[in-house]
Amino acid sequence: MAVLTQLFTGISFGAVLLLVALGLVLTFGQMNVINMAHGELIMAGAYTVYMLQKVVTSAGASLLVALPVAFVVSGLLGLAMEMLLLRRLYHRPLDTLLVTWGLSLVLQQAARDLFGAPNKQTAAPEWLTGAVEVGALTLPASRLFILAVAVVAVGGLSVALTATSLGRRIRAVVQNRNLAATSGIPTARVDRTTFFIGSGLAGVAGVALTLLGAIGPSMGTSYIVDAFLVVVAGGVGRIQGAVVMAFVIGMLNALLEYQVGASVAKVLVFVAVVLFIQWRPQGLFTLRTRSLA
Amino acid sequence: MSRQSTRRTALTALAATVALTLAACGAKSGETSTATTAAATADTTGGTVKVGLLNSLSGTMAISEVTVRDSLLLAVEQINASGGVLGKKIEPVSEDGASDWPTFAEKAQKLISVDKVAATFGGWTSASRKQMLPVFEKNKALLFYPVQYEGLEASPYIFYTGATTNQQIIPALDYLKGEGKKTLFLVGSDYVFPRTANKEIRAYAEANGMTVVDEQYKPLGNTEFSAIVDKIKSSKPDAVFNTLNGDSNVAFWKQYKSVGLEAATTPVMSVSIAEEEAKAIGPQYLSGQLVAWNYYMTTDTPKNKEFVAAYKAKYGEDKPTSDPMEAAYVSVFLWKAMVEKAGSFDVEKVKAAADGITFDAPEGLVTVDGSNQHIAKTARIGKIGDDGTITEVWNSGKPIEPDPFLKTYDWAAGLS
Repeated sequence: MAVLTQLFTGISFGAVLLLVALGLVLTFGQMNVINMAHGELIMAGAYTVYMLQKVVTSAGASLLVALPVAFVVSGLLGLAMEMLLLRRLYHRPLDTLLVTWGLSLVLQQAARDLFGAPNKQTAAPEWLTGAVEVGALTLPASRLFILAVAVVAVGGLSVALTATSLGRRIRAVVQNRNLAATSGIPTARVDRTTFFIGSGLAGVAGVALTLLGAIGPSMGTSYIVDAFLVVVAGGVGRIQGAVVMAFVIGMLNALLEYQVGASVAKVLVFVAVVLFIQWRPQGLFTLRTRSLA
Repeated sequence: MSRQSTRRTALTALAATVALTLAACGAKSGETSTATTAAATADTTGGTVKVGLLNSLSGTMAISEVTVRDSLLLAVEQINASGGVLGKKIEPVSEDGASDWPTFAEKAQKLISVDKVAATFGGWTSASRKQMLPVFEKNKALLFYPVQYEGLEASPYIFYTGATTNQQIIPALDYLKGEGKKTLFLVGSDYVFPRTANKEIRAYAEANGMTVVDEQYKPLGNTEFSAIVDKIKSSKPDAVFNTLNGDSNVAFWKQYKSVGLEAATTPVMSVSIAEEEAKAIGPQYLSGQLVAWNYYMTTDTPKNKEFVAAYKAKYGEDKPTSDPMEAAYVSVFLWKAMVEKAGSFDVEKVKAAADGITFDAPEGLVTVDGSNQHIAKTARIGKIGDDGTITEVWNSGKPIEPDPFLKTYDWAAGLS
């Protein structure tokens, strides 16, 4: 039973990693923007729940309503970033790093001014505060909910990328921007849409995270490293890579933490990922293109 | 884009992310420039006497330290209303430590040599105190530090008006022992205070027939507690001792509750959660849990009723008072009493007059111990209610003499 509990801990940690990394798969992976402000888009999603609870008093309803609303709020925030700043910086990935880093500080301070420095708390619905008992296994309802959100988000994104014309256009632009432009695809508009979706997914992650931790101006910083870790190790731009890597890292972290404690586990996970990237520099899955660029 | 450049970009991004995040999170340790020649003396020639208030009014610590500054100002206002100190009105000079430890040292120097203050009140984190300590020692100037801390320090130029370990952590352990708790699970943030405290807790447990079943740390700011709460659940300790700090506390409590742990079966004793923090974490997660301090907003003394009423009248009905705020408020009155006993603002004379000074504080009678410049305080264990207020369930009955180096405890002999 202890093993099963540890496996579930790993899976639930993996689900959190997957959620925070999913948006980055698009913005970093597909568009090559090193978005250091990704954590603040997560924060925006979390504050959306807080604001919504002022209007929608039922905790359960407000959480469910917050999922799409946060997607739009963070998406629009990302869209504004893309249109005002980032589109001037494509082809200069390292400059986007500095610009978005600055932006992340600006957004953190903005949150501090708007909502105040102390953490905010949101009410969790009754059906998410307890735990589901399966045999001797205790599965916290909030963890199951996050797992479900992660599954739906990955599923939705996969379908959008493979089965819709928008998805085909996104993939075409990623694989060969010039050829896509020549074929009549409006690449600038596709970029904006991609960034909107990627940022929106960060907002959804923010909603889910309100069930686990603090809602405060600097909450995003605690997730940004993990998010990049998953995307880079999983293979830049590959959803299946991010999915596998999120759960591998989550599992590894959880199992190690049971053996050696949290701080050492974190170090070992980093070492493992560094070694892995040495072995497979492109990450778990690679994007094969015939592009010469 | 070619594979080569994808790889390079990816690795650069990862490296840069880690570096920048670490830079943002890590506390800065910088050299402080304290270019001064001689000990600065307080300027007491006019009709007023200046004192320095040095608190973080911006940055991550502002949430806590602004309340301390407000409390200090209240004390100054009350002293001035009753005639000042030695016939002089106090003129407070407020400086912002900006949650940046080297800044504390710089501003301390400025208060001493430019403003020529007679004493300085403030500091919160141990890191800021450690930065200010050499400045005050070098200038032979006075600092009053109002927050509970990890002990093992006694600077001749600092008065410690918060609790040291034997006035907070040890009474908390005594209480748990008295409740028949035999097994303890220790959880803390991974830095000096929790690691030092847990060393002391282990030594105490060994000497008192208690067992520490596990000791777990999380990096500051970490929010993933499923493995830890799971370990707590499976190891079934009689009690948990919590030395977590900051945002991690919120995550810990949410996840503690989500696996079905309860105060009734697995109580948690916390040493860093006061009224303000309880409000921010959410009382629904904390109801019934234990905390250890020397003062609560609900502490039943006539002086406390006056203090709470005066504070609310000045700053607003919804403002809670907390232990560090009370310790700060008390520190100004203690300084006043020392000065009046010495008949002078001179630092050495004030220090010489300090021993045995008493004050009828909101927390009860406190007495200055001149030998280590800490104060004797009553320890109190509190229980958090459904609405986030804390009510006392136990107190030490009388003020506990400060013992920052734990010399009077045999089991602490091996600690340093």
